[in-house]
Amino acid sequence: MASISPSIAVEPTISGVTEIRSNVARRRRWDIVFAVVGFLATSVGVVTLLTLFVDLLMDGYHRLTPDFFLSFPSRRAAEAGILSAWVGTCLVMIVTAAIGVPVAVSAGIYLEEYAPRNWVTMLIEINVSNLAAVPSIVYGLLALGLFVYALGFGQSILSGGLTLALMIMPVVVVATREAVRAVPHTIREAAYAVGATRWQVTRDHVLPYSIPGIATGVIIGLARAIGETAPLITIGALTFIAYLPNAPITTTPPFVNFDWLWSGFTVLPIQMFNWVSRPGTAFHANAAAAGIVIVVLTLAMNGFAIYLRYRLRKRITW
Amino acid sequence: MPAAQRSLIRPRIHHRDIRERLVEAFLFVCAASAVAVTTAIVVVLVYESAGFFERVSIVEFLTDTMWTPLFAEARYGILPLLCGTLLAAGVALVVAVPLGLTVALYLSEFAPVKVRESVKPFLELLEGVPTVVYGYFALLFVTPLLQSVIPDLPGFNVLSPGIVIGIMIVPYVGSVSEDAMRAVPNALREASYACGATRLQTTLRVVMPAAASGIAAAFVLGIARATGETMVVAIAAGQQPNLTLDPTEPAATITAYIVQVALGDLPHGSIGYQSIFAAGLVLLLITLLFNILAHLLRMRFREAY
Repeated sequence: MASISPSIAVEPTISGVTEIRSNVARRRRWDIVFAVVGFLATSVGVVTLLTLFVDLLMDGYHRLTPDFFLSFPSRRAAEAGILSAWVGTCLVMIVTAAIGVPVAVSAGIYLEEYAPRNWVTMLIEINVSNLAAVPSIVYGLLALGLFVYALGFGQSILSGGLTLALMIMPVVVVATREAVRAVPHTIREAAYAVGATRWQVTRDHVLPYSIPGIATGVIIGLARAIGETAPLITIGALTFIAYLPNAPITTTPPFVNFDWLWSGFTVLPIQMFNWVSRPGTAFHANAAAAGIVIVVLTLAMNGFAIYLRYRLRKRITW
Repeated sequence: MPAAQRSLIRPRIHHRDIRERLVEAFLFVCAASAVAVTTAIVVVLVYESAGFFERVSIVEFLTDTMWTPLFAEARYGILPLLCGTLLAAGVALVVAVPLGLTVALYLSEFAPVKVRESVKPFLELLEGVPTVVYGYFALLFVTPLLQSVIPDLPGFNVLSPGIVIGIMIVPYVGSVSEDAMRAVPNALREASYACGATRLQTTLRVVMPAAASGIAAAFVLGIARATGETMVVAIAAGQQPNLTLDPTEPAATITAYIVQVALGDLPHGSIGYQSIFAAGLVLLLITLLFNILAHLLRMRFREAY
């Protein structure tokens, strides 16, 4: 392009050539301008992420003491902590993972490996993609009507965990399907050829290969569940909890107990919300400190998932 | 095969068959639970809203301009909440459209592979930040920042959470529209280059129009997300239902109202309790509408290529 030779032009005049050249140069300049604008627009996201994190750190870093993690919420800002909140988050996540992950992974496997092409399958697929688009607070309303009142689970860890399990299902189903689909057909055919049944093929060959991909989806789903606030507020999770549920593991036989499932709870993001929405600035430092904990937790999980997927892409050599 | 051998094999195959059937049945039930959940959502919302609409006429619900279900003199007009919801989504869109479009155009047509591969994980991380943290950011960082530009901006306003939601949905809108642009066949780009067009001209006059309906779908999905967004507005927009189109005023959205009611301790079956289901039903219908629209737009895009 740079060497537009004058001989091509019908009647080359010096002024014509310079005109073309300046025209090309002008249009090229706009290319560069857009490349810069585009780069800046793209970095708005990165800048926001950094600003947000630095803002949280500046407001809340001084509150991140061991006491903060080991104290219950309190009326005095300086003594308040997130003990009941992080314990609640852990327990709710146990329920969510224990119920949501197996169901969602099974659903993904069914849709990819088993489902016949008929209207039932289509109905299920449409529903999965619709559920992904349902606002999280609507899951809260569902849980309030169904788990809390109709089934009588109350405003408990069990209700909370089930709510988030439903919410992350679409994410995990989609990730499972993608991971399973990426396994080449030759692997399945080889297994079928030596007489394996469909479940044997799935369990012994397809699943082991797709575990990293499924894990990526599961981690992203759980990270989303950890940060989710609205549906848990909707089912009536409390904002001020100054006790811990009974420990799931006990020292006396039978060593496990499930009382904690029925206990009231709060979680980290609700605790943060509670502190943010108090009038006055005394509690804002606490909110920021809780925010740091949540952001570090979710970003670490998301980062790990992204890393896992990146490695996966590099390593694939079928 | 001799009969004796066959009878040895048969019982095992039979046993295997049963296990196969059981596993398949289990997997099917798990998959079908998606249908059950959707049904449950609709049933719960409609059932509880039915109780609400027995006491409040639909006409009042849709036309009254006040929403004060928790006051002694209760009024049940959804308009203020609807208005707040759409206003917040509108502000978000004003931020997200230019930004998301530029990001998508840049990443799909301009960015060197290295830049693209290193920026995209960051955009994904941005999506992973919990919304309650964005709420904190809107209330205690963006609002004070805006107040230094607009001096008489109240501490609670729609503008600040709207902007934050806008930035929040940029990665999503950007990546969906980038997918649409990448689906544009390269032949179109090559034809344009062959005519002597520059990269920017090709991007703006060939790729963008060709991917237009895909990009539109991305933005409609973005609005759907912004409408359902809860915590940012609940924290930073104030929770006063306010029939206004001025983003510098405080207002409540449908989602913020649900949170506000859920935080108080309303008895099961009271009209306040039922009102959040009616509000939730409206929210679900709006997001459903946007999603259908996006789906139609995408279908059109797919038909083209």
